[in-house]
Amino acid sequence: MTQSISFHRRDFLKKTAAGGAGLVIGFYLPGKYEALAGVPPREPTPINAWVQIAPDDLVTLLIDKSEMGQGASTALSMILAEELDLDWKKIKTEFAPAAPQYFNPVFGLQGTGGSTSVRGSWEPLAKAGAAAREMLVATAAKRWGVDAAACHTENSEVLNTASGKRLGYGSLVEEAAKLPVPVSPKRKEAKDYKYIGKPTKRIDSAVKANGKAEFGIDVRRPHMLHAVVARCPVFGGKPKSFDATKAKSVRGVKNVVQVSTGVAVVADNTWSAMEGRRALEIAWDEGSNAKNSSEAIRKLYHESLQQTGAIARKDGDVDAALGSAAKKVEAVYEVPFLAHATMEPMNCTADVRADGCDIYAPTQFQTFSQMTGAKVTGLKPEQVRIHTTYLGGGFGRRAEQDFILEAVEVSKAMNAPVQVTWSREDDMQHDFYRPAAFTKLTGGLDSDGWPLAWKCRVVSPSIMSRFFPGSVKNGLDNSSVEGIVEAKYAIPNFLCEYVLTETGVPVGFWRSVGNSQNGYITESFVDELAKAGGKDPFEFRRKLLEKAPRHRGVLELAAEKAGWSKPLPAGRYRGIAVVESFGSFVAQVAEISLDRKAGTVRVHKVVAAVDCGRYVNPETIHAQIEGAIIYGLSAALKGEITIANGRVEQANFNDYDLVRIDEAPQIEVHIVESKDGPGGIGEPGTPPIAPAVCNAIFSATGKPVRRLPIRAADLA
Amino acid sequence: MAITFTLNGKSTTVEVDPQMPLLWVLRDTLDMTGTKFGCGMALCGACTVHINGEATRSCITPISSVTGKKITTIEGLSADASHPVQRAWIEEDVPQCGYCQSGQIMSAVALLAKKPNPTDADIDNAMSGNICRCGTYQRIRKAIHRAATLQAAK
Repeated sequence: MTQSISFHRRDFLKKTAAGGAGLVIGFYLPGKYEALAGVPPREPTPINAWVQIAPDDLVTLLIDKSEMGQGASTALSMILAEELDLDWKKIKTEFAPAAPQYFNPVFGLQGTGGSTSVRGSWEPLAKAGAAAREMLVATAAKRWGVDAAACHTENSEVLNTASGKRLGYGSLVEEAAKLPVPVSPKRKEAKDYKYIGKPTKRIDSAVKANGKAEFGIDVRRPHMLHAVVARCPVFGGKPKSFDATKAKSVRGVKNVVQVSTGVAVVADNTWSAMEGRRALEIAWDEGSNAKNSSEAIRKLYHESLQQTGAIARKDGDVDAALGSAAKKVEAVYEVPFLAHATMEPMNCTADVRADGCDIYAPTQFQTFSQMTGAKVTGLKPEQVRIHTTYLGGGFGRRAEQDFILEAVEVSKAMNAPVQVTWSREDDMQHDFYRPAAFTKLTGGLDSDGWPLAWKCRVVSPSIMSRFFPGSVKNGLDNSSVEGIVEAKYAIPNFLCEYVLTETGVPVGFWRSVGNSQNGYITESFVDELAKAGGKDPFEFRRKLLEKAPRHRGVLELAAEKAGWSKPLPAGRYRGIAVVESFGSFVAQVAEISLDRKAGTVRVHKVVAAVDCGRYVNPETIHAQIEGAIIYGLSAALKGEITIANGRVEQANFNDYDLVRIDEAPQIEVHIVESKDGPGGIGEPGTPPIAPAVCNAIFSATGKPVRRLPIRAADLA
Repeated sequence: MAITFTLNGKSTTVEVDPQMPLLWVLRDTLDMTGTKFGCGMALCGACTVHINGEATRSCITPISSVTGKKITTIEGLSADASHPVQRAWIEEDVPQCGYCQSGQIMSAVALLAKKPNPTDADIDNAMSGNICRCGTYQRIRKAIHRAATLQAAK
C-alpha cells in the first residue's frame, strides 16, 4: 500500500465527485462509549474536531481512526493529551462520525489502513492539541489580567505561575472555543514529553476485559431485526429463483428479501434467521466461475510466468549479468489465497428511514461506508450517519463495503433497523482474499559468491484494479510487487516484472498487503543466494546492506539478541529475515525444531528488532509486533484457501485453523531508538516471520521452502 | 416453552425455541452481548461461559439443556472488571481488538478454579480451544500466571 498512497487521493476525489459527496456536518452520540464510572454526564463543549471539554474537566477525545486492536485510540489520545497537558485520568474517547475534518491525511478520505494512524495524524493532532492549549491559556490569562507567558498548564488546568492560582479547562472552554484558532501554536519539545514515548497501557483494556466494549455485532437498537444472507457459493453467481415458503415457516422468521449480494432471511433473532436460511430453497445461476479451481488457477499462473510483464524496477542489465555469472540459482515460489478470519465475523446494523440513515458498523473506511449508504438509499451523504464501533479485528477486510451495502439494502426493504450477521462460513467463503501468487526468480553470483543479478517475475491478481482502478497503470499494480522492489541489497543488476493475472477470486488488502508474500519470497531467496555463495545468511545480508543503515541496524540487533553467533542445542535451528514496510524496519530471528516423522515444525522463539522511527507508545510496538508475528505464523504454518467447483473449500476453523496458544512461540521485541520516521507499526511485523521460519527449515534440511503453507514434505 | 436457569446469580426464564443455542439467547433474547459469536461450532472459544462451573461453548449448547443450571457469563464475573483475572488482563495489557477476550477470560477463570497455580502445560491444555486472531497468547499466559498470584493473595 505504501507505493500506492499517492494515487489514493486523486482516485477518491474522482469517486466522490461522481457520488456527489459534499460537506458533511459532524455529529456524535455523547456517552456512547465508556463513560468514567461515577462521573455524571455533562454537556461538553468542542474546542476543535478532536477535543470536547465538559464543565467538570472531563475531556472527550474524538478518535477518527478505527480501533481494531492496533492501539490507535490509545496513541492518538496520548498525542492530544501531551500537547494539551491533559490529566490522563479525566479523558474518555468516542469514535468520530464520518466528516471531512476527519479525513486521513495520507488517503484524503476517512479510513484506517496502511499503518497510517500515527504516521498520518501525529502532526495534525499535535497541532490541534497545542492550538487548543493556547486558547485555554489565553482565556485564563485574560481572566487573571496577566500575560499568557505568565501561565502554564498541567493536568487539565491552567496555572498562574506566580500566584499558583488554577483554572480547570472545564471552566475556560466555553470562552476559549470562541477565540480564533492559532495558526502556529507553540509545540512541546520532545524532552518535555510526559506521555509520548512512555510505555502506556491501552485505554480500552477494561471494557475489553468485562464484555462491555461495543463491537458492531453488539449493537442493539429499538425494534431491531436480525438477518443473514444466503450468497451464491460461486463468486459472481446470482440467485436464479428461490422459494421462501419453508424459510418463512421457521419460528421467528419475519421475511425473505432479495438483495444485491443474495437472499436475506430476516427474523427477530440471529439464530432464527440462520435456521430460516437453512430452510430456504434457492437455485443459483453460478455464472462464469462455476468451474474454477485452484488447479486451473495454478495452470494459469504457470502460463503467465512465461509472459513478459510490466517493469516494476530495473537497474543495470540483468540478462548480461546473468550471462557472466559464475553461479546461477533459479526458483519458483508460490503462495496461496488467504482469508482474513477476523474473530468478529462481518456484520453491520443499518436503520434506513425516509429522512436519514444510520449505519452502525465495524468499518475501516467511514467515507466509503457513507457513500455506500447514500448510493443505496438515494439520500445525501450528510443524511447518512456512520457510527463506528470497536472492530473485532480488521486486517484490511473491513476496508471493504460489501457488508455495509447489504445491511442498508435489507433495512431499506424491511423499513426497519436490521443487523446483518455473517456466519463464520459466510465470512470465510466470501472474503476478499490475500492474492495467491507465483514468483519466478533467477539470481547470479560472482566467483566470490556475491550477487551480481536478481531477476524476478511476479504473477498475481491485482487488488488496486478493483479498489483504486486509477492507480494501476500499464498493467502495474504497485501493491503486488511491494516487498520486492524496495529491496536495498547491493545487487547491481535488478529486474522485477509483474504479470497481472485475474483469477475470478476476489482479492483485497490483507495485513501488510504485498509485503506479506513478497517479504517471504525475497528473504527466502536471499538465503538461497547466501547458501549458493557459501555465506552465512546474517553476514551475507549485513554486507549487502552496508548502505542501508536502518535495515542493518535491526538486522544486527536481532542477531545479537538472538545470539546468532552462538551454537544452538542439538535439534534447534535458526533463520533470519529483514523486511522494510510502511516506513518501518523489522528483523526477526526464528528458532525452530522439526519432528520429521510427524512432519511438523515447532517455532520455539522469535526475537524481533524494530525501527519504526519516532514513536508514541512503546507498549503498542511490543504488542503489535507480537501479534503480527502470530498472524504471519498462522499463514506460514497453516493458511491456505483453495477453490474447487468455483467455491472456497474451507469453511470454518476446522479447515482454516490458526495458531493457538500451545503453538505460540516466545516472542522478544527490541526497539532501535531512532529520530527518523515515524513509521507504521500495525503491519510491519508480519512479513519477516514466514521467511525467518522457512530459512530456519532451510538451515535444518538444506532444502528451501518455496511454497506456503509449509508442508510435511518440506521437513523431510 | 419456558426455560428457567440461574444467570449470574439471578433466576431467569426465557420463552424460546428449546433448540436455540444459549449463545443466541444471551445475545439476542437477553441483550447480554459480552459473550461473543465466533464460529458456531465450538472451534474458537469466543462464546465460552460457565455452566455449573465448567467452561462450555454456548454456541452449541441448546437452551433446553441448561434448565435448572447455573450459568456465569463475562458480565457475571464483576461489574467493574475487578475480578482477579480481569485485573491481570488489564495489568498485562492483554487485549488488542478484544473480541475473543470474554471467552479467553472465562476459560482462564475455569482453569484457575481447578488449578490455582497452573503450569504452562496446564495453560496450553485449557486455553488451546480459544483462538485469538490478534495473537495475544504470550500476554494471556503471563496474565494467567499473574491472576494465580492475585488470587492467592486474596
